[in-house]
Amino acid sequence: MSNYLLYLITILLLIVSFYKDKQKTKKALKKAWKAFENILPEFLGVIMLVGMVLAVFNAEFVSRIIGTQSGWFGVILAAVVGAITLIPGFVAFPTAAMLLESGAGYMQIAAFISTLMMVGVVTYPVEIKYFGKSLTIARNILAFLFSFIVAYLIGKVAGGM
Amino acid sequence: MNLLKRYKLFLMTAVIMVIMIIFARDTGIKALNITGYSLKEMALVIPPVFILLGLLDIWVPRETMVKYMGEKSGLKGIILAILLGSAAAGPLYGAFPIAAVFMKKGVKFTNVLIFIGAWSTTKIPMFLFELSSLGSTFALTRLCIDIPGIILIAYILSSYLPEEEVKKIYKNAEIL
Repeated sequence: MSNYLLYLITILLLIVSFYKDKQKTKKALKKAWKAFENILPEFLGVIMLVGMVLAVFNAEFVSRIIGTQSGWFGVILAAVVGAITLIPGFVAFPTAAMLLESGAGYMQIAAFISTLMMVGVVTYPVEIKYFGKSLTIARNILAFLFSFIVAYLIGKVAGGM
Repeated sequence: MNLLKRYKLFLMTAVIMVIMIIFARDTGIKALNITGYSLKEMALVIPPVFILLGLLDIWVPRETMVKYMGEKSGLKGIILAILLGSAAAGPLYGAFPIAAVFMKKGVKFTNVLIFIGAWSTTKIPMFLFELSSLGSTFALTRLCIDIPGIILIAYILSSYLPEEEVKKIYKNAEIL
């Protein structure tokens, strides 16, 4: 749904832009194409990587790992799995809910969700193209560590009830 | 030759994919299917993202971006970075090209990082989905930790990174 909204907004803005200044709109589209063409090789590579990683780290695999482990070891494992995979939210959240129902801990689930969203191992090639190696590595490491704080606090708040 | 170098990663992954399909048929086919699915997702998100960044680049003057999100934008800049990142749709890799245009327009480094952080984890559509699957305690707690968290991470990163590196990243954004 939100994707269509994005299209709608873009088309509306494009129409307004075209109405106001044809030349500028042309220039904007040219820039858009140039920026896209520039990153396309990395995008394609990353998408192939995502396909291969997810074929191995599928939902059943994730639930086996996160579902059975407990304690901090389970949290670390969940965080690593989340960091490596790139599962879309509409698959990840129901999977996480299912895992909670089948007995997984809040801490593990929180670690998994947090690294899943904030840490991108497979998207590394795209990120370094824009931000360089040092920043990309530092950002991902910090986000990974931060996920343990998130896991701990959610474990306290949500798990403690 | 240049083209070959640019598509090195893609070619490498393509070779691995073919090997997978030959030697581990089921997994390989699955990988191919997921790749196809991701391509569709990309086709849905990427064109509007890039058109928006083209429009942003052309229509919004540098002074406006500097005023609202530049060095002296203060709290206003931080809030705007969070709101813009949270209003996003699509995977994190969509945020990087937009961040590049932000840098080109003189947005403060920490605000660029906050924008990336917000896009990664406080997206509103995803939050609503999280709320319905994992419950309000989980989703709200995560949101409350994440907002200060992404700001903190942005400031740590910006103080840790040498100034030349930041300059290099900004310069790199000019040519992207």
